[in-house]
Amino acid sequence: MSAIVELWNSLHPVLQAVIKGLAVIGVIFPLGGASSLAERKVSAWMQGRPGPNRALPFWVAWVPGISLLQRLGVFHLMADGGKMFFKEDPLPGHVNKFYFLLAPVVAMIPALTTVTAVPLGAYVDEAGRVVPLILANVDIGLLAVFAVSSLGVYSLILAGWASNSKYPFLGGVRASAQLISYELSMTLSVIPVFLWINVPGGEGTLSLAKAVEFQSQPGFLGGMWFIFIMPVAAIVFLVSLFAETNRLPFDMAEGEADLVGGFHTEYGSLKWGLFFVAEYAHMMIGSAVFILLFLGGWNPLPWIPLSLVVEWLGAVSPVLTHPIIVGLLSLGIFVGKVLGMIFVFMWVRWTVPRFRYDQVMKMGWQKLLPLAIGNLLFYAAAIAIRDLQLGVAYWAALAVVTVAATWAIFANPLQKPAL
Amino acid sequence: MAYVVERKSLSLSERLYLPQIVAGMKVTLKHLFKPNVTLEYPDVRPAIPPGYRGVPTLVKDPNGREKCVSCQLCEFVCPPKAIRITPGEVPADQPQRAHVEKGPQAFDIDMLRCIYCGLCQEVCPEEAIFLQNTFSMAGYTRAEMVNDKAKLYELGGTLPDQHFKWDKKKAAEEHGNAHH
Repeated sequence: MSAIVELWNSLHPVLQAVIKGLAVIGVIFPLGGASSLAERKVSAWMQGRPGPNRALPFWVAWVPGISLLQRLGVFHLMADGGKMFFKEDPLPGHVNKFYFLLAPVVAMIPALTTVTAVPLGAYVDEAGRVVPLILANVDIGLLAVFAVSSLGVYSLILAGWASNSKYPFLGGVRASAQLISYELSMTLSVIPVFLWINVPGGEGTLSLAKAVEFQSQPGFLGGMWFIFIMPVAAIVFLVSLFAETNRLPFDMAEGEADLVGGFHTEYGSLKWGLFFVAEYAHMMIGSAVFILLFLGGWNPLPWIPLSLVVEWLGAVSPVLTHPIIVGLLSLGIFVGKVLGMIFVFMWVRWTVPRFRYDQVMKMGWQKLLPLAIGNLLFYAAAIAIRDLQLGVAYWAALAVVTVAATWAIFANPLQKPAL
Repeated sequence: MAYVVERKSLSLSERLYLPQIVAGMKVTLKHLFKPNVTLEYPDVRPAIPPGYRGVPTLVKDPNGREKCVSCQLCEFVCPPKAIRITPGEVPADQPQRAHVEKGPQAFDIDMLRCIYCGLCQEVCPEEAIFLQNTFSMAGYTRAEMVNDKAKLYELGGTLPDQHFKWDKKKAAEEHGNAHH
């Protein structure tokens, strides 16, 4: 194994970066395709159907046990992909050709770029430090993810506008308005997390790896995941994530009931497939960020950080603490969590019907945004009281204000029915 | 009478909305592990209940004799005019069919016209035509979709007779009562 490490270290840094980047893309792209199949299967199971289970290439039909894979619809993935590559690629005559062709590419770029700032796992080096596996370990981490992933909406606007057709146009307009509305609450909901991380006197950072580091400390509060410390922030972030990734119940941009196919009405074959994969890649990056911020990243369980697992492994056999094995383990935990989140996305999709557009706007501006601001104020006050050690009187005052504000918002009998 | 529906104000959990979503997710999760309710059709066929009106067929009596006497009532009653019968004499070399005077020379049902109404079965005095459990027909040409006599008997087979009309008539004749 050390030979592999030496070979890797002897490579030129640029070559290393290219290989790492391609490896990440090479995982995310097929996972996006696999998610589309998983979506079909999950929806089928939830609806009491078997789902896609027919495809079986004749040249592997003789393999014993292959019928299980067939029942799981694994070969439909190849069939779908092959169809998308080889079917006729129509280019409607009424579109603005340059931007029409540009839109799917623009959709893919931010979806695959954001992953650079997202740590995907970690290993423990000889000094016992946890080193994150990340393409670009920069301090602006989360800011980079937010900045680049918001660019994804340009592809929807471009697609909607360049299609030169009413429904795609409406879909593009809706997507942009929705993104602007929910971007605010999303950003506000993560500020408390970084207020918590950036203790006074420490080094200021927006790095996602640091957020995980903070959830793997010893002690009751140190090992606690942020979803337990800040549940409201987590909920606001998750709801905004659904809206940002255009997933049901917020898929206003597609809305096949009222907008035919939304922004991709005029698209077909591979160009449509790129939008599809981009959507799933966005979901994956979004869930990855959610997991890093609120669900402990690559730590298997709350209060059981990765370093503790490595200690246990070391007690079993010193070979198991090799960085490659630990790295693969942490990657497995992290990818497993991401896939779990993708399942939650699908689970919610087949549970909650689509909101009306005015409900989406109302919820974004009138419910989530005030909630995110209130949450931010509460944690700002709490963190200030904690760090300045102001004493019990201030904690009591904060509790009274919080309870009063919550009561004023939720217990008001004169309030009209929500939404 | 006009009446006013009382609009109850929403409860706290309804206004929070998330508990409602969680309740819905519990339901969908339960369905995720429930057995499928669908049939994998070409491999598994549904059980056809008795009285099902499938493709009309001609049947033989328990003695293996042709029941149809080509009275053409079904042809006349058929609303979409799907049935066409060419009546013919019963050949003399078939003594077991000597009890009737006529049988169909040709019997065609055009399944592109048939509406599966079952009037032919209703009207048949000999209980010779039945809508049975075949429900899917396919063919590459229009001609293939016309069931001729041989095909109709192949689809129909032999059904148990409830009445044994001709046996009773024969027995009555032997006892000297021509009109039982």
